Formats: sequence, structure tokens, C-alpha cells
Amino acid sequence: MSKSVKLRKGLDIRLVGEAEKVSSVSVMPKSISIKPTDFHQMIPKMVVKEGDAVKAGTILFHDKYNPSINYASTASGKVKSIVRGAKRRILEVLIETDGQQTFEVRSSMKLAELSNDQVKEAMLSSGLWPFLRQRPLDVVANPSNEPKAIFVSAFDSSPLAPDFNYVLHGKNDEFQAGLAALSKLTSGTVHLTMNGKTNSDETFKSATGVQLNSISGKHPAGNVGTQIHHIDPINKGEFVWTVNAQDVALIGRFFLTGKFDMRRTIALTGSEIKTPQYTEALIGANVSDILNDQITSENVRVISGNVLTGEKIEQDGYLSFYHNQITVIPEGDQLKFVATKGWMSPGFDKFSNSRTFPTWILPKSKKFRLDTNTNGEERAFVVTGELEKVFPFDILPMQLVKAAVTDDIDGMENLGIYEVAPEDFALCEYVCTSKINIQDKIRQGLDLIASECM
Amino acid sequence: MKFLEKIVHKHEPKFAKGGKLEKWNPIFESFTTLAFTPALTTKKGSHIRDGVDLKRTMMMVILALVPCLLFGIYNTGHYELVAEMGDRSLPYLDQFWSKVGAGALVVLPLVVVSYGVGLTVEFIFGVIKGHALHEGFLVSGMLIPLVMPADVPLWMVAVATIFAVVIGKEIFGGTGMNIVNVALTARAFLFFAYPTKMSGDFVWMAGEEKAVDGFTGSTAMGDLATFTSEKMTVAGTEVVGQTGEAAMELFNNSYSMFDSFVGMIPGSVGETSVIACLLGAALLLFTGVGSLRIILSFGIGGFVTGLLMNAIGSNPYMDLPAAHHLLIGGFAFGAVFMATDPVTAAQTATGKILYGFFGGMVAILIRVLNPAYPEGVMLAILFMNVMAPIIDHYVVQANVKRRLKRLKTA
Repeated sequence: MSKSVKLRKGLDIRLVGEAEKVSSVSVMPKSISIKPTDFHQMIPKMVVKEGDAVKAGTILFHDKYNPSINYASTASGKVKSIVRGAKRRILEVLIETDGQQTFEVRSSMKLAELSNDQVKEAMLSSGLWPFLRQRPLDVVANPSNEPKAIFVSAFDSSPLAPDFNYVLHGKNDEFQAGLAALSKLTSGTVHLTMNGKTNSDETFKSATGVQLNSISGKHPAGNVGTQIHHIDPINKGEFVWTVNAQDVALIGRFFLTGKFDMRRTIALTGSEIKTPQYTEALIGANVSDILNDQITSENVRVISGNVLTGEKIEQDGYLSFYHNQITVIPEGDQLKFVATKGWMSPGFDKFSNSRTFPTWILPKSKKFRLDTNTNGEERAFVVTGELEKVFPFDILPMQLVKAAVTDDIDGMENLGIYEVAPEDFALCEYVCTSKINIQDKIRQGLDLIASECM
Repeated sequence: MKFLEKIVHKHEPKFAKGGKLEKWNPIFESFTTLAFTPALTTKKGSHIRDGVDLKRTMMMVILALVPCLLFGIYNTGHYELVAEMGDRSLPYLDQFWSKVGAGALVVLPLVVVSYGVGLTVEFIFGVIKGHALHEGFLVSGMLIPLVMPADVPLWMVAVATIFAVVIGKEIFGGTGMNIVNVALTARAFLFFAYPTKMSGDFVWMAGEEKAVDGFTGSTAMGDLATFTSEKMTVAGTEVVGQTGEAAMELFNNSYSMFDSFVGMIPGSVGETSVIACLLGAALLLFTGVGSLRIILSFGIGGFVTGLLMNAIGSNPYMDLPAAHHLLIGGFAFGAVFMATDPVTAAQTATGKILYGFFGGMVAILIRVLNPAYPEGVMLAILFMNVMAPIIDHYVVQANVKRRLKRLKTA
């Protein structure tokens, strides 16, 4: 039953600063933060108050409109503050760690003996549930829906992404336990999709109880959205859940040990990092300890996640819930003289998918140090056919974006909004000549669908 | 470039919000972005962006137009001398530099007027709407003089440009929003508003007023149009015996395939040389700015229709070899530079093929079947511009249906 897919479209952006396969054990962060803003459209209902003592696994808040979904602290310590923004919206829950890491006591569970409902209940009550994301809408899975399949991607193809073969090497047991838990959540199939270009680690190859697929091609081959589209596409009314491969191992770890132990291996990457490498970090950890002495220049942007879909954070900000990576790249907030660095320049320092720049002539081994400049101003859509080159879906990207921009619900439904998430459009946004924030437009389209059609 | 940067930073506050010259910020911004890529950074979503922007894309089109412009200058100069001497047999490469000079004196004012007037209109709209100059006119401003007859009065170019920019583009929302090609709108405006000036034999060669009596500056298109009438003429001389064979022979003498391919025939400033168009096409296709689907299918559409006409062959015009059709008039120029305009062309991959094919087809049909409009390419492309959304609609519906089917079979 396994499927193997070959993609011709896509783009691998070659950046400087790939992580070396060396891990350092980082110190316990002084503070962590769980950010409700990481979970799109979720409105938190606080369970703890400022000053409360918490352990790793203590529930901090739950979803106001779906109270069965709980969100837990990943470290033990004290709730330092609940940071609110405009209209008293809760932005983050800051926790001062005690350096001990004591866990909420739970007995380890034998997955084989648990019923499907018990697994679901355990994940909901423990704070593991938010690892499950749902398509359509690309939000935390709604436990009352029945997914037709669960998809796990065994690799990340985005720029400078961590190599899961390295990160999950030797974690067979945890990963397998996680997959076993997932398979109890759906009557359908659990898909594990490996990279067809390289040899996957034993952790993935030996996985059982799942359908093993392979997909080969450039980015976004590793995006779970691409894999769903080519393996078991979503139609209107269907739901598919997705989980990040590292999070599968975390779920497995919980069921094996009974501890809410949210340490994962993240990649420290980007051109402005002195020694790009892997490090172990807690979800929500303060990054200043990790970035300590690592940043090589003054004016930089720190990104939790990758350069295409990540989130801008401060140098003493916090790692987001879903991210396996920190990327540091130079800021591009300088005027650039057109004849040397702008649109009239030869442009050997630019990485472009268009042949108007000489990227195509440079050797494939050449890597680029790109900054955050938009390289131009926003314009109306003019150029056609360029988005299609990096969008390996049987979906018309430009028409879908236009439907989203114009709030055309019928248009969006017909053109495939249920299958996509903003991250699927990250490359489209990158190559767009008119510098339109396409991911944002798709997100607005999804929000409209969520409020009108779901 | 530090000193320029200093100037920009010094004057920036005046134009910023709340500054004294706030209203003129669009103009300030337009000029600073000509010198510097602005310091805009990504806010959310993708943190890095491709180097390409609309300015770079438009620059490629302008570069692609340079061969046509240069050849157009020479060709215009050549026919100005021809008209003055009243002798079409003047060797093409004789008096090279004086032709270049004469041509430049005719063509460059056209370019200056087109850019000057067009950019002024754009700036006015920019100030009213509060946005910087959008790049679209940088290309339109070059295309307009190249599709003009050499002897068109400058004031007409100015009027046509204003009409094209205002009615053709700005009322729809500016660059990227227009429905029909801006440069062709200018040409069509003149064609219909000043028909006596724009058709017939009098405007295609510069210096006509200086020409010797009895000399006509007719073009291949104009001559062919007479083939469907009672009185066939080629290059001002009546066809002996008025037979189709004699007409074709005379036509081939005046506008041989080779001459048409190189571009040594009278016509609009930039459209005559197929070689120059192909050079431009090569750059557009290589950089990916132009669509191969459109250019190729436009050519095929024209060729197939040409063959069809040959098969019918009820008048001498229909007997013109299909390949010759592609070489004369604005066919090559239209296919490469006009039909490929991404804003007004079909936007889907399949749609582009259909759009190009029908464009080529309609162009030849208008040429041959409706001699009142000798140059069918302009009208064909404008017509297809209007049809493009319908073509796209059906391509999109095909995609939608295919995806709905998936649900039923699943």
C-alpha cells in the first residue's frame, strides 16, 4: 500500500549556516514561556494564577471553547507573569524555572492495554493534544472530529531544517510508542512519509503499524501538506491530522515514562551563528541561554523556526511550541544602492528562482547569506506562472490567493482551500515578484472559512 | 554612494507623514527607489525574499526591446531618405550614419514624448492615490513609440499616451489591474480617432511631406489590402494586368521573405525586424519573463490560419504564403512583446496556449478577411485581452471539476 511520489516542482533555497551534526546539552533555561499565540485562533482560559507553583506537566490553561484541550507547563517553577496585549489578550505565560524539573506524577501506561478513548483522554488531559494539528484550517485538532488519516513527515525539507535522521537517531522506542498512540486516534491510516532521496534512519524504517511512503523532490517535499495532497488528498468535509516527527517521539516518551518531558533536539542555524549545531532544548525555553555568545553580528533577526514559516522573536525571546529550529539571519533594513545591490546590479549575492538573476549560473555548492530585505516594494500581481513553479499541488495558487484576498468563499472552496495551510504557500511568498504576503492572505482566507463554513 | 544616501536621509522627514511636503511623498519615493532598494523588511511569513522584483522584471523587457529600437531607428532613417529621393531601390546599407542620424531625429522625440507624457500622468495619479510610481509604464512608454508609424505627429502620440494611461490603465487601478494592453490601447486610439492620419500610405515613412511627387510610402500591409480590391498596387505602382500572379510577384520583389525577416521594409518604428524581435524573445524566454507558451502558440495559430487561407485562395491576398504572414506587419512584434504582457494575457498555463493560438488566428483572419483593417495583430491582441478572463475561467473550472471528481471516486 505504500506510495512513492516524485515531485518536479519546488525550490531548495541554499543558505549559509546549516547545523553540524554535533549536539550540546544546554543548561536548564531560567525561564520558559508558553505562548497561546502559537495556537492559531485558540482563546485560553487560565487555570493557574501568577505566583502559583507549577511542575512540568501542570496544566496552565485550556481552550475556552474546547475545554477538554489542555496546555501544560514544560518546566517546573513558579508562574512569574501572564503577559497580556491589546484587549487583554493573553500573549504568553511566563514561568520562572526552579532548575529542578520535577514532574507531575503519573504512572507509565501500557499502550497496548489502553483503549482508544483512554489514549485520547490521556493526551487531552496531559497537555499532549496540541501536538496534533488538523487540516483543513491548520489549527490544533478538534477532538470531536474523526480524522480519516494521520500524517507524519519523517523529514523537513525547508531551508537549514534539522535533519530528523540525526535528531531521532536511537529513539526508536519513543517514536514507535508515539505512532502506536496515534494509531489509536483514528480508524484510518497513519502515514509516515520518508525522503526518497536519502536513506532514512532506522527509527523511521523500522516503524510498524503505519503506512510507509516515500516522496522525493525539492522543498516543499517534506511539508506534510504536500504529502497529504499526493498520498490521500483532503476533500470537503474530511479531516486529516498531522504531527511533527519529533513530537511523535515526545508523545511516545510520555506514554513510556509517564513524564511530561518536553526536551527535544533543536537546530541552531543561520549565517549569523558562530557554530551552527544541534542542542537540546525545552519547548518554550528562553533562547538567550542557547544563543549565548553565538551571534556574530549586530543587526540580526532571530527566528523561532525556519526562515520561510518561522516567527520573529527577540534575542531573549522564547522558542515557540512547534519549532525545532532557531535561525539567525541579518536584518536587511538598509537602503541598497540599485547598481551594486539592487535591481540593476549583477546580483551574484541574490538567490533567485527567476533567471533575471545569475543564480542559475553559480555552482550548486554555492550558499547564500540572505537578509530580511524584501528586495522591492509591494505591487499588484503582475507576473504569472511563477508561483506554479514552486507549488507542487494540483491547485492553481494564484487563483486561490486571489479568491482569499477577495473573500470569495465559493472560489476558495472550489480551488482547494481545505487542502492547504499557510506554510504550503511559503515558497510562493518567497518567489513572488510583487512581494505579496501570501501566507498571511491564505491565513485570512482560512479564518473566513473557519467562521463561515466549519 | 554614501553622499546620495545622506541626501535621501536628509530630505526624508519633509516627505514623511506629518512633514511639510507629505503630499509629494509618492514622487520622492519614486525617485529614491530608482536609486536605492528601500529598507523594507519582511514582517511575517517568509523572512527572506527572492531578489527579483517588478523593477528587475521590467528592466528585462526594456533590454529585450533595445534591438527593436535600434533597428527601428536605422530603418526609419533609411525610409526617410528613400522618401526624400523617391527611390525605393536605395541600397539598404548606404549612408549608414546619416540614416542613423535621421532616424534618431524621428524616433527619439517619439520616445521622449511617450515617456514624458506618460510618466507625468502616472505621477499625477500617484500623488492623488498616494502611492509611488508603479513600474508598468516603464515598458509601455517604450512600446508606444515602437508601434507608432514614423511620421505620426508628436501631439498625437501625447494624446494617445494620455488616453492609454488614463482610460486603459489608471481607471482600472493602475499597473497590474488593466484589462487591455496599454501600448496597444494607444495605437488603437489613434487608429480609430484619427483614421485619415493613421491608415493609408502617408504616415509610414518619415519625411513624407518632403517626398517627391507621386511617391507613396505604402507598407506591405497596405499593399496587401489592395489585393482584395479592384485596383491592386504594390509600393505605389499599379500591378500590370491586375492578375494575382503578377501582384504576388511584384509583392515578393518589394517585400521578399528575406527583407521582411531582416526588417528592411517600411512599417511602424519598431515592428519591422523579425530578427530584432527574436533577439528580444530570446532574452524574455531565457529570463522567464515572457511566456514561451504564448509566443509559440501565437505563431502556430497564425501559421495554421495562413495555411487555411492558402487552401481557400479566393483572392491574391489569401495566396500569400503562411510563413510570409508571420514576417510582415506587427505579427512578430505583437507575439513577442504585446501578447505576452502577463497582466492582460491569460494567466493559467493551459489558458496561455489557447490565448496565443486564437490570438494568432484572429490576427490573420482580420488581415485577410477585413481589408479595412490592414493591421490585424493589434486588434487581435486587444480582442484576446478581453477574452483572456473567459479562457481562464474555463481552465479554472476544469481544475475544479477534476478535483471534485476525486471526491466521487474516493
